[in-house]
Amino acid sequence: MQAIINILQAGVASGTVLLFATVGELFAERSGVLNLGVEGMMLIGAMSGYSVALATGNPWLGVLVAMLAAGLLSQIHAFIAITLQADQVVSGLALTFLGAGISLVLGEGLSKAGTVSLLPSASIPLLSQIPFLGPIFFKEQSYLVYIGYLFVPMAWYYINRTRPGMHLRAVGEYPAAADALGINVYRLRYLYVFIGGVLAGLAGATISLAVSPGWFSEMTTGGQGWIAVGLVIFAQWDPFRAAVGSYAFGALRRLILDIQGPTMLLGMRNPFYYNPYWGFFLQMLPYAFTIIVLVIGSREAVRKRLGAPAALGNPYIRGERGL
Amino acid sequence: MKEPPRWYPAAVSLGAIMVALVLGGILIAFAGGDPFRSYAHIAKASFGNLGVLSDTIVKATPILLTSLACSIAFRMKLWNIGAEGQFIMGAFGAGAIVLTPILPADTSPWIFIPVMMLAGILMGAIWGFFPGFLKARFNVNEIISTLMMNYIAISWVNFFIFAVWTEGGFQMSPKFPENAWLPRLLDYAKTIPIFSGLTTHLGLLIGIVAAIVLWIVIYRSRWGYEIRLIGDNPRAAQYAGINITRNTVLVMMLSGALAGLGGMSEITGMVHRLQTTPLAAGYGFTGIIVAWLAKLNPLVAILVSILFGALLLAGREIQPSGVPKMIQGIILVCLIASDFLMRYRVRIVRAGEEA
Repeated sequence: MQAIINILQAGVASGTVLLFATVGELFAERSGVLNLGVEGMMLIGAMSGYSVALATGNPWLGVLVAMLAAGLLSQIHAFIAITLQADQVVSGLALTFLGAGISLVLGEGLSKAGTVSLLPSASIPLLSQIPFLGPIFFKEQSYLVYIGYLFVPMAWYYINRTRPGMHLRAVGEYPAAADALGINVYRLRYLYVFIGGVLAGLAGATISLAVSPGWFSEMTTGGQGWIAVGLVIFAQWDPFRAAVGSYAFGALRRLILDIQGPTMLLGMRNPFYYNPYWGFFLQMLPYAFTIIVLVIGSREAVRKRLGAPAALGNPYIRGERGL
Repeated sequence: MKEPPRWYPAAVSLGAIMVALVLGGILIAFAGGDPFRSYAHIAKASFGNLGVLSDTIVKATPILLTSLACSIAFRMKLWNIGAEGQFIMGAFGAGAIVLTPILPADTSPWIFIPVMMLAGILMGAIWGFFPGFLKARFNVNEIISTLMMNYIAISWVNFFIFAVWTEGGFQMSPKFPENAWLPRLLDYAKTIPIFSGLTTHLGLLIGIVAAIVLWIVIYRSRWGYEIRLIGDNPRAAQYAGINITRNTVLVMMLSGALAGLGGMSEITGMVHRLQTTPLAAGYGFTGIIVAWLAKLNPLVAILVSILFGALLLAGREIQPSGVPKMIQGIILVCLIASDFLMRYRVRIVRAGEEA
């Protein structure tokens, strides 16, 4: 029982990374801009956050710089996709290459640079006493995990119940109508691509300063940025569903790491301990599950006629007919 | 308005690369390197003499085949980002022929090599089939599914080289018998002395033939016309009675097959054993950039692959080590940004002339 709690507790922390990245991408996509550069922005965030924390000894400053750096990088995509109206798929891919390349160059030698002060963690009194759920969600978690809890309902409320949130949705669904109402489509899209970048940077810093501290070049993110892009589709552009998916994937990640440790599993000889090579099949699981989750999400979207913001991926050209 | 002259797109691409190199130089300087030395080094270490030129071509061969894989898929606006995984699975397929072993080690190369080619093509095509089928049947976003398949492919091959075909516990298979190697120039050094030490292998020829065949398929065949039509205007294609579902699966399989052939060429021509590190070196991703830079034209891709082969070859020795990757990223950013100039051409209008 304690083992399960430990895995889920670590899974929540690990899922927080995906949560920030997924909700960030969700904001950008809700405004109509597909940004496939999440992986690159996360790498920039992880690298800059870690190196600033290393240099200044202040991890919060690291988080701040990570968010700004990734936000800045996202503006390259915004410029290409919104102003130059180029293909958003290729531009997003380019951003991933660029982010990975820059973080590899600037992060050279960082992995051997020594220990860094990490983000603090805390237990919430009373809440952490709840049986089972308490220790999973509220015991010895990083501050960022708690920020994640507050962030999800706030994001949902913002998108669905506030005026700026309505503008966000309008720009993503029917930019021409939004424009006619006096909403500045271009400015809002720039803004939400920036927010997406900032959150991806936060996700990166969450890895390098809290969940699995350190800079391990491209292995730091290990494709989580892409999983986040997939989770947005599974989440059907809803923050709560994004949170469910993120925590589930976080738990899966931890389960794969932890299941290979003990010699006994459920009273039996642990097959993963005695056959370490099976670990390679375990490693495939998050990626295989992403595909499965995409199949589920895509089918549901077709069935319920729900789906992507109508203008997703289309540049808005003022004065042209249509979306 | 007049059509832009034929040289215009090439000039814009070249300009984009120039801008990218300048930006890359600034970043190298910022990271504490010397941009001029880095670039001079790239040029000298990749084209300086016959030996390094041959090495450049060896490096360009896998890039050429992955870029062809991307070209055909992108032509239909199918974003196959999984050439990397299909490449690795192609190498796995070729390796399985030797390592299982399906053919005994003393098989004649005339049988060995064609069978390995088929195995590589088959495994790559299978790896392309899954995302293609999921896209056609369930509308699953192929960008993400192909990318996830990359990670799965690496784990898959890792399992085999650790658990099944390991050589003495190391993370690699035993070396292949020489019958299963693609012939290299240096094999003919006895008759043609200038070839001594040159490792350029038959994979180059395979790549060039594939490029020519693919060019004919895309530009001169009915199927190629269908693919281009679906890519440019899927709705018109549908009204014309073209089967988009079937073509999605077929093009993804062809794309995977080309990448798989690249993996086969790399493992039998260069690596000579199954090992993930030299195979998963990002050729699939470089192929994306090369395909884009070549404007999805297979023949142009031959030339561009050689340039990128040079960048990768020389890049191994440059510090900081991420430089080639970063420059690739900057080049792609500049290229996609320069597409703007294709649509809105700058025209110089003299005073008094009608605009």
